[in-house]
Amino acid sequence: MANKATIVTDPDPIFGKLTWDSIPYHDPIILTTFLVVVMVGVGVLGAVVYYGKLRYLWDEWLTSVDHKKIGIMYIIAAFIMLIRGFSDALLMRSQQALAVSESSGVGYLPPEHYDQIFTAHGVIMIFFVAMPLIVGLMNLVVPLQIGARDVAFPFLNSLSFWLFVVGAMLVNASLFVGEFAATGWLAYPPLSGLEYSPWVGVDYWLWALQISGIGTLLSGVNFFVTIIRMRAPGMTLMKMPVFTWTSLCANVLIILAFPILTVTITLLTLDRYLGTAFFTNDLGGNQMMYVNLIWAWGHPEVYILILPAFGIFSEVTATFSRKRLFGYTSLVWATACIMFLSFIVWLHHFFTMGAGASVNAFFGIATMIISIPTGVKIFNWLFTMYKGRVRFDSPMWWTASFLITFTIGGVTGVMLAIPAANFVLHNSLFLVAHFHNVIIGGALFGYFAGLTYWFPKATGFKLNETLGKWACALWTIGFFLAFMPLYVLGFMGMTRRLNYYDNPVWNDWLLVAGFGALIVLLAICVQFYQIFASIRDRKKNLDLTGDPWDARTLEWATSSPPPFYNFARTPQVLDRDQFQLMKDHDLAFKRPDSYERIHMPKNTWAGIVIAGFSGVMGFAFVWHIWWLVIASTLAMLVSFIVYNFQKDKDYYVEIDEIEALENEHFAKVAKAAESQDQDEYSVRQRGTPLSMPA
Amino acid sequence: MSNIITPEAGYTGFVTKEHHHDYAGDTLLGFWIYIMSDCILFATLFATYAVLSTSFAGGLTPKDLFDLEFVAVETALLLFSSFTFGMAMLGAQKKQMGQLLLWLGITFALGGGFLAMELYEFYHFSHEGAGPTTSAYWSAFYALVGTHGLHVFAGMLWMIVLVVHLMRDGITETNFTRLSCLSLFWHFLDIIWICVFSMVYLMGVM
Repeated sequence: MANKATIVTDPDPIFGKLTWDSIPYHDPIILTTFLVVVMVGVGVLGAVVYYGKLRYLWDEWLTSVDHKKIGIMYIIAAFIMLIRGFSDALLMRSQQALAVSESSGVGYLPPEHYDQIFTAHGVIMIFFVAMPLIVGLMNLVVPLQIGARDVAFPFLNSLSFWLFVVGAMLVNASLFVGEFAATGWLAYPPLSGLEYSPWVGVDYWLWALQISGIGTLLSGVNFFVTIIRMRAPGMTLMKMPVFTWTSLCANVLIILAFPILTVTITLLTLDRYLGTAFFTNDLGGNQMMYVNLIWAWGHPEVYILILPAFGIFSEVTATFSRKRLFGYTSLVWATACIMFLSFIVWLHHFFTMGAGASVNAFFGIATMIISIPTGVKIFNWLFTMYKGRVRFDSPMWWTASFLITFTIGGVTGVMLAIPAANFVLHNSLFLVAHFHNVIIGGALFGYFAGLTYWFPKATGFKLNETLGKWACALWTIGFFLAFMPLYVLGFMGMTRRLNYYDNPVWNDWLLVAGFGALIVLLAICVQFYQIFASIRDRKKNLDLTGDPWDARTLEWATSSPPPFYNFARTPQVLDRDQFQLMKDHDLAFKRPDSYERIHMPKNTWAGIVIAGFSGVMGFAFVWHIWWLVIASTLAMLVSFIVYNFQKDKDYYVEIDEIEALENEHFAKVAKAAESQDQDEYSVRQRGTPLSMPA
Repeated sequence: MSNIITPEAGYTGFVTKEHHHDYAGDTLLGFWIYIMSDCILFATLFATYAVLSTSFAGGLTPKDLFDLEFVAVETALLLFSSFTFGMAMLGAQKKQMGQLLLWLGITFALGGGFLAMELYEFYHFSHEGAGPTTSAYWSAFYALVGTHGLHVFAGMLWMIVLVVHLMRDGITETNFTRLSCLSLFWHFLDIIWICVFSMVYLMGVM
């Protein structure tokens, strides 16, 4: 809440723009949040120290280069950020439910606060919830699915993760020190220029996105090389599991799209820090160039989020329909088509720019064409279920809910792709409803399906099924109540990002939307309780065999959780449903005759340290503390060079250790086979082919 | 998939012999992919430059300032440094440390010369009244050419670190992979410069 008096125009040489006034201690909401965060932080740290786990935390997690642990850390971080992002959503929904004139006044959030909230909500949900959820799942699953022992560049993977954490920390720091951008999540100039956003909010946005964006780019390169070069022998491209395929396409998009974000943000940074004139009103600057650039990244970004979710649904549908995926080849090609098309539709985000009828027609038609490969996928999933013996476990609930919800979102997307209709609907709540419809009903439900599906692989026990189904039902109901009214309000002419309105007719619909948000709150609470209850009752839901769902792909061929080297022996792949083939021919769960030494990377301090310095650099840039910018940049460089000269970065796991771990696993498998507890996934049914080769 | 795959006798689901993984190959492919993404970065800067190529805001234009002969010398330095890096790589392949270090040294000097000329040019232009804040055109000019210059600077820093590696360990497999990556990077910067030369300088005086 920058009151203008606190804006320092003449930065101090030591503290830059930072003063005591930068901390909003006079705001009770922020002060309370701050105290809670500090107490929780101190509590967690205290508990770690009290139980003597600090060393363990550092050695086994923070410095880990194990893709599974990095994946788990991504997902935990995403859930923490989800709390913040969803709190913002509740604040907005309650503000809009209250802020109708006369009857109840202007709500309780002043405009400059409200604007920061909707900006933070968008930024957090896309960059710091959706991205880490999907990158986390890729980390967890992709190397296992392709029969690899780690990613191609384990240190870079750790660095990517910590750069993402630093970005998230900068966004969180903005809540307590200074302000966040009040510009909307993509910070269009000239509003985000120095003239209209003179304090530090936009700078926090710039550095948080720049640092975490570079982390994402490194991840993209890393996973591309991993998938291209580290597949187990025999796994040709068309034998890759679908989630690996969609991840590959998403990573190609990352490699091609994120440099555009890097440049766009850098140019805005130059405008704000050095006074250049890229996007300014005067001196020949061109604001529409910013909008073009940011969406040339932004539209592929949408597909980076959704394509891997499509992969998850494919895995889940095949597993729970107990069938080979219908039309694998068409699904792979549909994914590749979407990957290509996602680069030639960006202008549909601003048909109203005035590019002319021909340009708008091109982008409108290109956008509509995307619905064709997407429709192909919907039919892939439907026909996989058709004549399958479908089991409705909770991942399948998410999938069923997705199929209906996402189709509605897709249809409204095609409506928005019609330029003439878009002129009426753009910037309205119809648009807000549409993109939440596809991101929640498409991407997020997919991540939840994937989390439920792969949770036992990561931890060794399943999540509570009943609570999982409740969470799915509540999310679905809550979603429809919260967002269907927004479609109606869009038709009624309500624009997005309103802090206050004077049309009482809208109020009823906003009350329904607010109620829907509360149901989603309930759903999220159920999810957190589900995690808690599942950990508490883990003994009841143990996954002893490594294959709790009777699934089809390689990640289930190893124990749950997998040993740090993933596979004691490298798989030799014959089929796209390789693990199903092994089960069909009675080859699964068999102890190999012999083991060999395994080459593994060592953990390293470098990722967290280098990223840590980048965080200091970002903070110093935000506050114009130039000596600290120089010092932290040098520190990054020096620590990177020191790491570069370090020699023992890898080691061999000896056969004794492998044998001990593997024997433990096969003892568990044997115990599971003896168990009288005969559920439909029990090991006794293994060896009976459940799939009908189509 | 109509054909049902039946494994041959003796198939266990696992490889019979673990193979050695080619880590150097991973690194080289990874670096190629990084270069592709760097290409997109420059493409974006070129696009920005193209959009703003006439946005002089009534100020100085490139025609007023560009000196093609100066830029020709600058270009020659960088192009020749690509050749000398090639000679260094030949030395590395023949495991001749002396030849390698000599040619790397020459490459470093040529890179330094290029950078010095670029900085002089920037200083000169700013002095004449065309700094990065003069107009959108000059902002785009400094961003594009400056980003290339920063890359050259990074390449030179890398060269110093790599020479220390080479002095300590000799031309090992790891060091050869590093050299190959730097070589890729250096040639890539040459290609980008050819685009800069054509699009910025040649088209600028047309």
